[in-house]
Amino acid sequence: MEIIYVYTRKRSEFGRPCNFSDWPAKVTADIPPDPSLASGFVLRSPVDSYVQHTSDMSEHEVNTERVEVESRGVNHVEGGWPKDINPQEVEQTIRFRKKVEKDENYINTVTHLGALMEHCVKQNNAINIYEEYFGEEEMAEVEDEPPSAKTINVIRDPNVSKRTATRLSWHPDTSKKLAVAYSSLEFQQNVKDMSFDSYIWDLENPNKPELVLKPSSPLVSLEYNPKDSHVLLGGCYNGQMAYWDTRKGGLPVEVSSVEVSHRDPVYGAVWLQSKTGTECFSASTDGQVLWWDTRKLSEPTEALVLDITRKGLLENALGAVTLEFEPTMPTKFMVGTEQGIVIACNRKAKTPPEKITSTYSGHHGPVYALGRNPFCPKVFLTVGDWTARIWSEETKESSIMWTKYHLSYLTDGCWSTVRPAVFFTTRSDGTLDVWDFLFKQNNPSLSLKVCDEPLSSLRLQDNGCVVGCGSKLGTVTLLEISSGLCSLQRNEKTLATAMFERETKREKILEARHREMRLKERARSEGQETEERPEESPLEVLERVRREFFEVIEAELQRKARAETQHPPSAFQVEDGAGEEAAAPGAESQLPKDGEEEEEDAA
Amino acid sequence: AEVEETLKRIQAHKGVIATIVINAEGIPVRTTLDNSTTVQYAGLLHQLTMKARSTVRDIDPQNELTFLRIRSKKHEIMVAPDKEYLLIVIQNPGE
Repeated sequence: MEIIYVYTRKRSEFGRPCNFSDWPAKVTADIPPDPSLASGFVLRSPVDSYVQHTSDMSEHEVNTERVEVESRGVNHVEGGWPKDINPQEVEQTIRFRKKVEKDENYINTVTHLGALMEHCVKQNNAINIYEEYFGEEEMAEVEDEPPSAKTINVIRDPNVSKRTATRLSWHPDTSKKLAVAYSSLEFQQNVKDMSFDSYIWDLENPNKPELVLKPSSPLVSLEYNPKDSHVLLGGCYNGQMAYWDTRKGGLPVEVSSVEVSHRDPVYGAVWLQSKTGTECFSASTDGQVLWWDTRKLSEPTEALVLDITRKGLLENALGAVTLEFEPTMPTKFMVGTEQGIVIACNRKAKTPPEKITSTYSGHHGPVYALGRNPFCPKVFLTVGDWTARIWSEETKESSIMWTKYHLSYLTDGCWSTVRPAVFFTTRSDGTLDVWDFLFKQNNPSLSLKVCDEPLSSLRLQDNGCVVGCGSKLGTVTLLEISSGLCSLQRNEKTLATAMFERETKREKILEARHREMRLKERARSEGQETEERPEESPLEVLERVRREFFEVIEAELQRKARAETQHPPSAFQVEDGAGEEAAAPGAESQLPKDGEEEEEDAA
Repeated sequence: AEVEETLKRIQAHKGVIATIVINAEGIPVRTTLDNSTTVQYAGLLHQLTMKARSTVRDIDPQNELTFLRIRSKKHEIMVAPDKEYLLIVIQNPGE
């Protein structure tokens, strides 16, 4: 309801002085309360309302730039003597001491302190305060604690242009040092100022590398010699092999010559078990596996071409991406390839084609990691494309167990060194998964987001508790996993072995059944073929196939046309259509001609 | 003389390896060890006691450090601080 008051004046009267006069109060508008509106409101009692008279504050956080801290030691030399006394002169010091001892304050203080001290000394002699009273009590089973992991250290690539941490290798004895190989694996992405260095880090000092390894080309793989902790083997991006002695500094002791090395980055470089401790072998995507003796890196001692047709042709060779060698089985080794096939080889075979004993195919993409279970050596783990698969050496057709298909690529994986059924995988979305296959198979037991960039490599320390993950930007994160996942439970080995046996048996049964079915199929098709063969010549086959093709198309078109015109009886039409299709192969010559015309029209 | 007696008594206890008295500037006044070791202990423990004292004071200004015990794998170092002097005893606790 509008309240307006209109006031008009003649224009000629504008500007006249106002003449105000008193008016009594006049009600201009009266709006009575409308009780019907009350139903739209809810009575609220009591009503809380507050008013605060302060100024608005806002909270901000700022993180300062990381300060580089360095530890330094100070050597304490004798000092504190008053200026006139020379600490080297025994006489002067003795005189000074005697003077202090005469001081009354000294006597009182020492007496007082002496009493205090005597009390503690006697206490120590009386009771051993750190005695273990209930030492034999069994530790309560702490299985309820959910698995967790915490980051203990983060090591960043000190260079400005970040490279991927492609391989990590723990120092064999102390596990306090970590060798990391840095390189850029992007195809032809060589930034000009990208440094070629790889580093050895001491975990006590994550800010500065302990040793800088300077190869002639970035290192793709790096391994400590398990027997001699001063020697490292590195495989370069350009295919050369190099080895270092940490006592001799950062330049490689010897580098293999370019002509005989690989022609692609050396993705796998592993030390071999040998008396001299100098033998190693390497694999690369150029399809070769080469054996070397580090005393003479000028040429490989042996070579193998990964050609599964066993002809030894380099053109057919599969590119190798990982290499696996178990010191307990020195004659066998396995290679994971770019094509998703794992090749098991025997080193002691007499002729090169016989070296390849068997192949296992199951991955859709490159096999990025390969590892035997340290407790059940017949079982091995492969990581590639979006899954991780567990295989048994005996079943060659498929893996015995596998994880579900993830949303991101799996980039690396390894078994736990303490628990037989636990393994770790890293993904390209920066997540580390810990799988406990005895406990849960459809999901990882622990899934941790380590960083935002893809994780490229993974390595477990020998004690099984600390795992290092390298990422695409060169950041190595060290995580300590909770004790539940790294301490051996009772019966775990037997349970795990039993599980693997069970799965292997299942696969064997399936394999046998498949074989049977295939044999039957073959027998059947062979029987059929002998009947039909004498009738058809190639032209006739072509004609027949063409006819059948057009018939099928014709039937489809007719069915569609009918479906459009008459909706409700479409169900019947579908049946008719099916009936037509069944009749089509045996149809008369008219139908194919129509089909052909329609085809021409459509064309 | 009293001082002598006290220190001798402490030294005679079972397991006591050494006794050192140092003054406020870190100069060893009385010691049963050789000079270099004494100097080392004196310097390091003096600083540590200062730090411990200031820590206790920081947490509670009414509080003060009365005794400091450092137990290590091999032995126990006990420090009795005072305003001007420090009495240090190294003992091998019987265990």
